[in-house]
Amino acid sequence: MAATFYGLMARFDTAPDIYHAAQQVRDAGYKNWDCITPFPVHGLDGAMGLRRSNVPKFSLIGGLTGFTTGMSMIWFTGAFDYPLIVGGKPYFSPLFAFPISYELTILFTAFATIAGMFILNWLPQHYHPVLKSKEILRGLDDAFYVVIEARDPKFDLNRAKALLSQAGAKEISELEA
Amino acid sequence: MAHAHTDHPAPAILAEVKPVSFPRATLVEKNRSFSWVTEKICGIIEGPTPRWWWIAFAVSGFLASFTVAGIIYLVSTGVGVWGHANPVNWAWDIVNFVFWIGIGHAGTLISAILCLLRQKWRTSINRAAEAMTIFAVVCAAIFPVFHVGRVWFAVLPGYLFPFPNANAIWPNFRSPLEWDVFAVSTYGTVSVLFWYIGLIPDLAILRDRFYRGGDKIRSALYGFFAMGWRGSNRHWSNYEMAYLVLAGISTPLVLSVHTIVSFDFAVSLLPGWHTTIFPPYFVAGAIFSGFGMVLTLMLPLRAIFRLEDLITQYHIDCMCKIILATGTIVGYAYGMEFFIAWYGSNPYEGFAFINRAFGHYAWAYWIMITCNVVTPQFFWFKSIRRNIGLVWILSIFVNVGMWFERFVIIVTSLARDFLPSSWGYYSPSAVEIFTFFGTFGVFGVLFLLFIRFLPIMPMAEIKAVMPQADVHGGHDKH
Repeated sequence: MAATFYGLMARFDTAPDIYHAAQQVRDAGYKNWDCITPFPVHGLDGAMGLRRSNVPKFSLIGGLTGFTTGMSMIWFTGAFDYPLIVGGKPYFSPLFAFPISYELTILFTAFATIAGMFILNWLPQHYHPVLKSKEILRGLDDAFYVVIEARDPKFDLNRAKALLSQAGAKEISELEA
Repeated sequence: MAHAHTDHPAPAILAEVKPVSFPRATLVEKNRSFSWVTEKICGIIEGPTPRWWWIAFAVSGFLASFTVAGIIYLVSTGVGVWGHANPVNWAWDIVNFVFWIGIGHAGTLISAILCLLRQKWRTSINRAAEAMTIFAVVCAAIFPVFHVGRVWFAVLPGYLFPFPNANAIWPNFRSPLEWDVFAVSTYGTVSVLFWYIGLIPDLAILRDRFYRGGDKIRSALYGFFAMGWRGSNRHWSNYEMAYLVLAGISTPLVLSVHTIVSFDFAVSLLPGWHTTIFPPYFVAGAIFSGFGMVLTLMLPLRAIFRLEDLITQYHIDCMCKIILATGTIVGYAYGMEFFIAWYGSNPYEGFAFINRAFGHYAWAYWIMITCNVVTPQFFWFKSIRRNIGLVWILSIFVNVGMWFERFVIIVTSLARDFLPSSWGYYSPSAVEIFTFFGTFGVFGVLFLLFIRFLPIMPMAEIKAVMPQADVHGGHDKH
């Protein structure tokens, strides 16, 4: 089966280079493109024009669920399912239910945050053209890459190549899907 | 830093006073490159297993067998094999539990609180410290789970977790002991999640290095847990946010865990336990002991794997200073407890403290004072902080002292409460002693497996704080 063309992968050797290259690709109006970096490069989100991550929305939902779970569990067990007087205290009070609800808020927030990160990143995804390229070894080690996908409406092989070389790419390779 | 902001002119006063510009401490010495970091950390995993590792593993495994044997004997015989008896019905089990939980706290402090405070030096020690947290929680959990004797009762009929028991009664949620179940299990779970999230980018490096090196099996194993990570910046954006949220929730979590542990005592009415200073005092003590353990573990690792460029003298200075600060807080708490016992004019409270210092357990009290109050004061001196061997020895004193702190608090108060007719003296049984010392073996086995199979430092995070990572080339130009 003939390999289909996925996009271009251009190597940059330093963090300032990828930063400026990302600004140029952003300003050229591409949508389906990405940067591959060995670590989160500070400021690259802005250079790529990414919006603020949506992970905290998942966290908030998780936290609210956790707090509600704690409060309702303690109410259900102590005041509804089997009301039992212990030490003359009320069957339910939000005060003594608070520490456990607090812990469950944190527990559920943690799970929701991580789930949110995986969902938004579309992970796990064990197959990807970038992973197939031998360049990934350096992409996770010490080099920085811009990947422009062929499915981008503005994609034109020669113009994309010209843009990347003009941005200072050290090497441009073609990725197959 | 250079004042290159043209749109924000420097205040005129600066020209007159000429402030000294202090260079920031370098976090990775000798101007190492990104790939040097990768080779260094991955090299530990990819290289052959060193002989010392097998020796240490065998010793730890042997030691861990004490815990296993002690627990089997306990479960098959009954909790009477431990030395608890009236009036000391809580002793080494909860001492060991609080000791191990406290040790874990430094890991979360490093990974969460120092992250929020933007302390960049945390990067080279946070992975190992978080691993220490998880393994410490494992060791801690052994004691509350097995002190119920018939351990299956801890879960299924609901001694600890809320499953209805034989009489359909639920656990008492008014009790701090029940809060503790939730606090510690949340703490353990969130610590594992936080640790795992940090590992993902590093596992991806190992996956690809093993794949290109032809080791398909190891590549598949690391790759499974790397979740197909490919260093995409669109991913990093969400990843960084998730990491920040996790740091944000782990901070109140770690403070709440030892607060709730201290409620186990503070909510009771026993003299010496019933004090409001306990939550902050316990949290400071936990961080104190945890940093002691971090130094105990990291200094040998640094020497064995030649990590001096990554764990620099600056890192050791920072850790010593945290030990100094928290140790001094602990010393202050000891003094304040005495003051309040006198100032509160409660004869039982007053007696509890005089008895701690001069009663039957005075030996334990003075070991505690020596190790926890005197030891950290050495860290005022730069020459001592630079003497790595001495720092290591002092860090062990910190660990010993914090174990004795919990012993003093728990046992002295129980052995001498209100009525002299119910006084007693507690000594641990052999089973208890072996079970406790065995937990160091359990910890050792887990930690050795960690340093053999997982990257002991977060490569991506270290690279991000190196000077080359600055997109403005190290100059403050925007």
